[in-house]
Amino acid sequence: MFNYLEYVREENFPHIWCSGCGDGIVLKALIRAMEATGMSRDEAVMVSGIGCSSRTPGYVDINTLHTTHGRAIPFATGVKHANPGLKVIVVTGDGDATAIGGNHFIHAARRNIDLTVLLYNNYIYGMTGGQCSPTTPIGYKASTAQFGNIEPTFNISGLAIAAGASFVARADVYNAKQCEKMIGLALEKKGFSLVEILTPCPTAFGRRNKMASPVKLMEWLRDHVVSGAKWEKLSEEDREGKIRSGILIDVDKPEYTEEYKKLTEKLRAV
Amino acid sequence: MGKDNFPNVRMMQGNQACAEGALAAGCRFFAGYPITPSSEIAEHLSVALPRAGGKFIQMEDEIAAMGATIGASLTGLKSLTATSGPGFSLKQENIGYACMTEVPCVIINVMRGGPSTGMPTLPAQMDVQQARWGTHGDHSIIVLVAATAQDAYEQTIRAFNLAEKYMTPVILLLDEIVGHTTEKVVIPDASKIELIDRKKPDVPPEEYKPYAETEDLIPVLANFGTGYKYNVTGLCHNETGFPINDNAMIEKLIVRLTKKIVSNRDDIISNRTMSLDDAEIGIFAYGSVARSAQSAVTRCRAEGIKVGLLEPTVLWPFPKDEVLEMAKKVKAIIVPEMNLGQMAREVELASRCEAPILKLGRVDGNPILPDQIVKMVKEVV
Amino acid sequence: MTEEQSASKKSAVIRVKTEWCKGCEICVAFCPKDVLEMEGGKVKVARPDDCIKCMLCELRCPDFAITVE
Ligand SMILES: Cc1ncc(C[n+]2csc(CCOP(=O)(O)OP(=O)(O)O)c2C)c(N)n1
Ligand code: SF4
Ligand code: SF4
Ligand code: SF4
Repeated sequence: MFNYLEYVREENFPHIWCSGCGDGIVLKALIRAMEATGMSRDEAVMVSGIGCSSRTPGYVDINTLHTTHGRAIPFATGVKHANPGLKVIVVTGDGDATAIGGNHFIHAARRNIDLTVLLYNNYIYGMTGGQCSPTTPIGYKASTAQFGNIEPTFNISGLAIAAGASFVARADVYNAKQCEKMIGLALEKKGFSLVEILTPCPTAFGRRNKMASPVKLMEWLRDHVVSGAKWEKLSEEDREGKIRSGILIDVDKPEYTEEYKKLTEKLRAV
Repeated sequence: MGKDNFPNVRMMQGNQACAEGALAAGCRFFAGYPITPSSEIAEHLSVALPRAGGKFIQMEDEIAAMGATIGASLTGLKSLTATSGPGFSLKQENIGYACMTEVPCVIINVMRGGPSTGMPTLPAQMDVQQARWGTHGDHSIIVLVAATAQDAYEQTIRAFNLAEKYMTPVILLLDEIVGHTTEKVVIPDASKIELIDRKKPDVPPEEYKPYAETEDLIPVLANFGTGYKYNVTGLCHNETGFPINDNAMIEKLIVRLTKKIVSNRDDIISNRTMSLDDAEIGIFAYGSVARSAQSAVTRCRAEGIKVGLLEPTVLWPFPKDEVLEMAKKVKAIIVPEMNLGQMAREVELASRCEAPILKLGRVDGNPILPDQIVKMVKEVV
Repeated sequence: MTEEQSASKKSAVIRVKTEWCKGCEICVAFCPKDVLEMEGGKVKVARPDDCIKCMLCELRCPDFAITVE
């Protein structure tokens, strides 16, 4: 048994998420990863935007900052830049990070500022009742795409890699252990790190797409997500329709706050 | 005479004076996005802050700059952002966030003409109501205004002091003329500058509640990373900082946010006056227009016309008592401003029909000249 | 707090915090040994002796409602 209660604000439980919402599974994976990496809770700050996923900080007993829709990354950038000694974790949704906050997302990756971004991708706007998101797959239904979505989607991890992130991994809540491991690696990485976590939203996504039961959505993840090692063995054909999880990129690059520190030291030495 | 004879006198642009004032106030964080006519503030701080051990960052847009400014303030750094019209519009949602969460920070808006991209290089005073009501929802805010480079320096310091004292965003308005005019600034001795820092918790972390009731209605927010773990949210929240749905608690919060400013009006508002005592005609003017009004008063007085000037250096809270007092004394109040009467509306309200209010608006990108004001005074006489 | 406890003689102690359980059935569906059942919208530990302590139910419960010791 893992003692989660030590890390949570128990007075705020039961949490607000719907029955079978994957957000709680991510929260648990995060807590286990926090414990595994031994981070100081006084020096950890969790910043989120607006959405179901963005309610995560309210449950974690660290410094928590629930900001405006799409803007978690800028607030987090301010916190980190002002005090680089703090460990800054961003929790965000697919809409929060890649629709309204898309610009901040790519620029933080480009800057390679040391933030750990946990992006809960549930393919939908959960909090506002199931509108189309930049990751709602083509043909799937949303309250604003009732005939099936016709817009192509973002490959979020690919976007972060292209923008310059130093660590990008994909995980899902069916494979909760792997999810914990990826979050742990991201927490330990110096630089902009992203874990894109596939997580079910039975209420706003599942119900409209013939997967109303949480179990159905978990089965979907089980049947579609393939971890890195297995992926390598799959033929091009077998990869069709499947999603690769695991580490997608892990490189060392100059980190923003360290570069800034070097600059100030140089200036002040003169 | 060499400049060393006056070591504390410097020639600088209003924008630079803001940057210097910020440093003197203890500002150690700036996040911004370039926009005319405010960019010099960012440019100066991009040099000065790293040298002073502070943090500068150019963000990807003004929304991000506002967010970063608030985030930095939560770690305890006095934080600033600067912009102009279009950027000021973009900042509004997060300014409201700072009001709601009571995170101190300073926003400088060097006003240019609008709406939209408007007149990037020309002066205006078209954002004076937006500064008060730009973000949605009932809230309180403090808005200062500068008329000279000296003001820009001093008002920036005051903006930080008020932000820290009242735990609120404070907006400082310059117009393009003030921002871009290079003139004399007397830099006071650092030891003579009064600085205010936000309160620190006086209870151990276990007993700490960020929004606990205080006598002065002002919360005590601990710096992130100092062992006081708490939650900050833009949702209506209770004293522990967590979201609430209780109607009575919601009302208490929203009322307090306004009350903490309004009940301290006397401490916050500040005016300059000129020849008001025996004035028969009053002028209400602020920012660079107040300087034209000063020369208009001097010229009218030389001709024996009894004109006086009320020049607020704080626009919000609005100096309504002072306006009423003036209205009771004079036959008319002229309000020259580089907009179509935004503050004139407030003057009208505050004067309670004690005197007619005459708008003198100018929106063509030109400054209001003393001549125009003198002419209007003579028409009234 | 109402804690329901079902312990086997040998080892596994499975606890369900019923007031936090939202009845999503995830733990039930993916238990490899069919240890758990639904009853009245909440999970019930039906066959504790079959539990192999794989921890999957605890790992995947979104509501912090089930633990295995
Ligand atoms: C500026 C602004 N626009 C719109 C909203 C309404 N809104 C709240 S959450 C949300 C979408 C949330 O979707 P996502 O980020 O994917 O998170 P989820 O709820 O699915 O976890 C929207 C549109 C808002 N709060 N603020
Ligand atoms: S609406 Fe969807 S994302 Fe939001 S809590 Fe419910 S299941 Fe989770
Ligand atoms: S630990 Fe494994 S076997 Fe035991 S009840 Fe949970 S899922 Fe079933
Ligand atoms: S997974 Fe958790 S919430 Fe869902 S039925 Fe099992 S115990 Fe209840």
